Amino acid sequence: MVRNKIGREIPERYAKQYGVFEGAWARKPNYKRAAAKVSTIYPGESKLLSSIREAIEKTGLKDGMTISFHHHFREGDYVMNLVMDEIDKMGVKNLSIAPSSIANIHEPLIDYIKKGVVTNITSSGLRDKLGSEISKGLMENPVVIRSHGGRARAIESGDIHIDVAFLGAPSSDEYGNANGSHGNAICGSLGYARIDAKYADKVVIITDNLVPYPNTPISIPQTDVDYIVVIDSIGDPNGIAKGATRFTKNPKELLIAKYANQVIVNSPYFKDGFSFQTGSGGSALAVARYLKEDMIKKNVKASFALGGITQQMVELLDEGLVEKLLDVQSFDREAGQSIKENENHYEIDAAMYASPASKSPVVSKLDVVILSALELDTDFNVNVIVGSDGMIRGASGGHSDTAAASKMSIIVTPLIRGRISTILDKVNTVVTPGESVDVVVTEVGICINPLRQDLIEHFKDLPIPQYTIQELKNKAYEIAGTPDPIEYDDKIVALIEYRDGSLIDVVRKVKE
Amino acid sequence: MKALTIQKQAIAGTIESSDVQIIIDQNPGKGIEIELKSSLEKQYGRRIREVIEETLANLGVKEAKLVVEDRGALDCTIKARTIAVVHRSAGITENYDWEGIEAWNV
Amino acid sequence: MERLRRAMMFLPASNPGMLRDAYIYGADSIMFDLEDSVSLKEKDTSRFLVYQAVKTLDYGDTETVVRINSLDAGGRDDIQAMVRAGIDVIRLPKTETAQDIIEIEEIIEEVERQCGREVGSTKMMAAIESAVGVLNAVDIAKASDRLIGIALGAEDYVTNLHTKRSPEGQELYFARSMILHAARAAGIAALDTVYSDVNNEEGLRKEVEIIKQLGFDGKSVINPRQIPIVNDVFTPTEAEIENAKNVIHAIEEAKAKGSGVIALNGKMIDKPIVQRAKRVLMLAEAANLYRKGEV
Repeated sequence: MVRNKIGREIPERYAKQYGVFEGAWARKPNYKRAAAKVSTIYPGESKLLSSIREAIEKTGLKDGMTISFHHHFREGDYVMNLVMDEIDKMGVKNLSIAPSSIANIHEPLIDYIKKGVVTNITSSGLRDKLGSEISKGLMENPVVIRSHGGRARAIESGDIHIDVAFLGAPSSDEYGNANGSHGNAICGSLGYARIDAKYADKVVIITDNLVPYPNTPISIPQTDVDYIVVIDSIGDPNGIAKGATRFTKNPKELLIAKYANQVIVNSPYFKDGFSFQTGSGGSALAVARYLKEDMIKKNVKASFALGGITQQMVELLDEGLVEKLLDVQSFDREAGQSIKENENHYEIDAAMYASPASKSPVVSKLDVVILSALELDTDFNVNVIVGSDGMIRGASGGHSDTAAASKMSIIVTPLIRGRISTILDKVNTVVTPGESVDVVVTEVGICINPLRQDLIEHFKDLPIPQYTIQELKNKAYEIAGTPDPIEYDDKIVALIEYRDGSLIDVVRKVKE
Repeated sequence: MKALTIQKQAIAGTIESSDVQIIIDQNPGKGIEIELKSSLEKQYGRRIREVIEETLANLGVKEAKLVVEDRGALDCTIKARTIAVVHRSAGITENYDWEGIEAWNV
Repeated sequence: MERLRRAMMFLPASNPGMLRDAYIYGADSIMFDLEDSVSLKEKDTSRFLVYQAVKTLDYGDTETVVRINSLDAGGRDDIQAMVRAGIDVIRLPKTETAQDIIEIEEIIEEVERQCGREVGSTKMMAAIESAVGVLNAVDIAKASDRLIGIALGAEDYVTNLHTKRSPEGQELYFARSMILHAARAAGIAALDTVYSDVNNEEGLRKEVEIIKQLGFDGKSVINPRQIPIVNDVFTPTEAEIENAKNVIHAIEEAKAKGSGVIALNGKMIDKPIVQRAKRVLMLAEAANLYRKGEV
């Protein structure tokens, strides 16, 4: 075992292979980017194929290769299941899959893993059923969890080499110029998919909306695309927003949001031209509403809002409170519509969003980010991947990317969920290191990381109860009682890669 | 306090979030048996059983079969539901022995 | 000095989740209801729940109140449980006469003696919910030293009057005025009834403005989302706070000089002005707009 900088134990072989986490800014990449293999197409040749099966055959997909998908359709995605079903029927085995993330709808993967079709996974996250199966030891090889920026970095640097990318697109022409904002099932930005298109050897666009050449705007250009397949339906647009964009009436979430907003508005960053990102959870969305009120009241406008973009952000743009939206992923139909209609709502790819190996990602220009947490420990380390029962059920997303690079990261979380204290002595799994976390906001008050003495000084008159992280933890334990720790086996079921490619933690198999 | 006896099947609590539902019945000659369902079994299963067993002992119940469905109840809720279900099972509906309960419940 | 009772939040005693989170929303008082919001067959379980919660959970500075059932519907056990648990205030529903208060007070005292709590430490509150009760408000308010306040329960009251509630609330003016006068005559708090349309924030705000202007100390709320609105209406303006600070400053200066006559900007400061200034600063402090001692 090797202990990394934050004291997590990493087995020797993985420590050797990836290196261990030594601090958020310990690796400053200086490297030559990876590149895709290219076979050109002559004038007169067709890229249009008749079926997914034909595409799989034409790409030369073989046992042991790596394929990828994007998750812009989130819970509404049909593409991954359709492609995997065909691959299974063709008898291809031993594949590595590298989707940008995995949703509940991809539960059939469990069978493909059992059959040996899929033997390796890298993803931002894993949801309920697949996550718990994997936590129970479904796979022999550990899943590699990467942040959105970390995945882009891994692809740019060649850590992930994609043999074939199967990319669903709401509209495409016969040469593969594709976007996500026009069509029947729109998903807005194609930010994650654009990286796959650029770096995969073979790129297949799967669409249910073939439009006359040339299709614009061009998110994925024809220069990167090998084949186009037209199918009946690539996804259910209602699934995109599922669970993400509800506006909360929960008084506890509203209270947390109100506190978080007070932190932002009273911070040194809240001034004309500031920038921010909010997540899509109940509290995070509510923050956007309170923030809007204060921006109007105090006549402060933001230069840009970043990230997963929601209806709330679109409203801010439309009302002139935010100059630009930089959108790597659209979280609802309104965001998808806005990217189509508003030139100030701009699509960016995952590397530009957050890759620490790009020449500079947008997160580096971010002032404030609001993030959620499943668990947080007294060292401020955050877990967004493993439930309190030890089962993988979340996603790394842009958590560690934005927390590290932004000027002020705010974690919004209830002190207790059900009976479970969110603040612990030690989180089950670390995704974001404590050094990147600046302010924790709960329903009972806030806590500022002692590393940020400047903020402690700045917020000393803030009319919100302030606690140390230890005090918050004690408060939670007093109410909920001290939980017994989850027991794990030695088997490693997932590796948690930090955005720079080092291992920040591993997830072990839950003891039955 | 005067020991209470389990006389009939009784139920207390709900299966709403933060609550616990307890069904209690006689268990002649077999002591205390608790069948617990909880999504927090790993973190709090031991504690939930402990609270129920202690409360039963304090109420003087030595034999009972309990089916417990926990939805993240705090210790005080588990205790309250246990006290209530035992009184229901013992057929006590008013003029509780508050002094007796207070004697051990601190 | 007396405490603030701007928002008193009602919550059904049968819900463990709400019992746990009740204190976080900024209500000055929280009221666990064992009466109308609890079904007949869950009186026992709810009573044990509040009993255990009040014994165990830390409600901080929040005043804990319990609304008990009438004596023929389990009220005696309610009192037993709540006094022993250490509740701050026992609230009587549907109070019609001073005798109602005296009856309950006797039981409270008996339980205090039994369990060794200081006699008189458990406070009382009365809800007036009928025409008879309103007409007897003065006697009710003076019926016991334990009483810290009287409250209007308008839902039953308007039914009793053969009318219903209106947004303007003219049907409640008499009751509100009676209760307010009775409370002031007895030197206790006057609390207004609930506003039941939780989604109508404007309507709530208007009603709070009305009762604040009448002189009420606070209002009952049924949803945490109503609390900030009530607190907001009761928050003094900057000018009011400034003025109050000046008053207190003038008193302190006069004291330092040993001067008996206190004046501010050429005007005499008398006792009512001082009292009002103190209350303004208390409200300002609760709204984080003022820190004690800062003048």
